[in-house]
Amino acid sequence: MTRVEALRAIYPRLEDLVVVTIMGAVAAELQGIGHRPNFFYLQHAMGLASSMGLGIALARPERQVVVFDGDGSVLMNLGGLTTLARYRPRNLVHVVFDNESLLSVGGFPTATSTGSDLAGIAAAAGVPRTARATTMDDFTRAFDEALAAHDLTTIVAKVDAVGPSKFVTDLSLLENRFEFQRYLTRR
Amino acid sequence: MSPVSTANSRLVYDALKASGVRLMSALPETWLVHLIRMAEEDPEMTLVRLAKEEEGVGISAGAHLAGVRSAMLMQNHGFLASINGIVSCAQLYRIPLLMMVSFRGEFGERDPWQTEGGGVTEDLLRALRIPFSYLDSPGHVAHRIAKAETLALSANKPVALLLCRDLMWEEA
Ligand SMILES: Cc1ncc(C[n+]2csc(CCOP(=O)(O)OP(=O)(O)O)c2C)c(N)n1
Repeated sequence: MTRVEALRAIYPRLEDLVVVTIMGAVAAELQGIGHRPNFFYLQHAMGLASSMGLGIALARPERQVVVFDGDGSVLMNLGGLTTLARYRPRNLVHVVFDNESLLSVGGFPTATSTGSDLAGIAAAAGVPRTARATTMDDFTRAFDEALAAHDLTTIVAKVDAVGPSKFVTDLSLLENRFEFQRYLTRR
Repeated sequence: MSPVSTANSRLVYDALKASGVRLMSALPETWLVHLIRMAEEDPEMTLVRLAKEEEGVGISAGAHLAGVRSAMLMQNHGFLASINGIVSCAQLYRIPLLMMVSFRGEFGERDPWQTEGGGVTEDLLRALRIPFSYLDSPGHVAHRIAKAETLALSANKPVALLLCRDLMWEEA
């Protein structure tokens, strides 16, 4: 499974969800499929996308929040998994696209390539629902089940270490930030 | 009895509430114990206990974009531990942060392990161009907090208030 295929498969479900992604490859892929005002791309600050998702989910419990994270980014904020689990926002789905590498900066392997199991770590941190997906069917089912479950879920989707040829898009960081804030505070 | 000032912690807490703060992230240290307990006991406050202070930057950023005002409670070593988040999230994306930083390691510090952080805190705040001020006497607590919050929101930037020994600690 590639990440862009996985994103394309669930893209229609994202229309009314609040979406936060990490930097680089996944942000460019999602923008390539189609940017929306309810999508925020945290183009730096490795590890903090899940913390931002938590902040939004706590501030707006009536909105469903989805975070698209990466293995390298999660590894930089493993403690954040324990904070997610502790507050257990039922309106947060945390998707980790695990390509076993730091794809956006040269593709060097991360510790998930030698067996570190992020779904196991999330479960041990106390995240009430975790899932592993290696096929498109697994992934879309896990995503739909997570939304239906109305509970904090971490889905670790194993994806190929491939991405777009470039990561800089024509959406400026601040334009994205203010548009997203306006979207969130308007309704 | 802890010599951490309950009365002055109450002043700080009430001023944060009055300036609209409804979410606080915290990682405990001695001087913050009363503030954290006040947040915990306040049904109008969402308290988020962190594993590491840098998480609080992301949480505050999310809360801000979603329309909720927040504050971060940490000691200066927690500020040191948050710097990449402050620069790469809050400053890059123009996110207001109200950082309440207990200023350990200044004159009067008895704990040897706190003394290095005290010496670099102000220089780092300046290097990062984070506007900051001191809370060292009860008389100015309320208006300095209100003004710090006003600047954070108008500038869309992190600001810091240093909670000083003279305010937080009751021993002479
Ligand atoms: C603190 C810090 N160190 C290093 C980097 C450089 N960097 C940018 S993206 C990235 C890799 C992110 O990896 P992952 O979360 O697995 O996502 P992927 O790129 O594989 O999609 C790194 C290391 C950074 N942005 N911040």
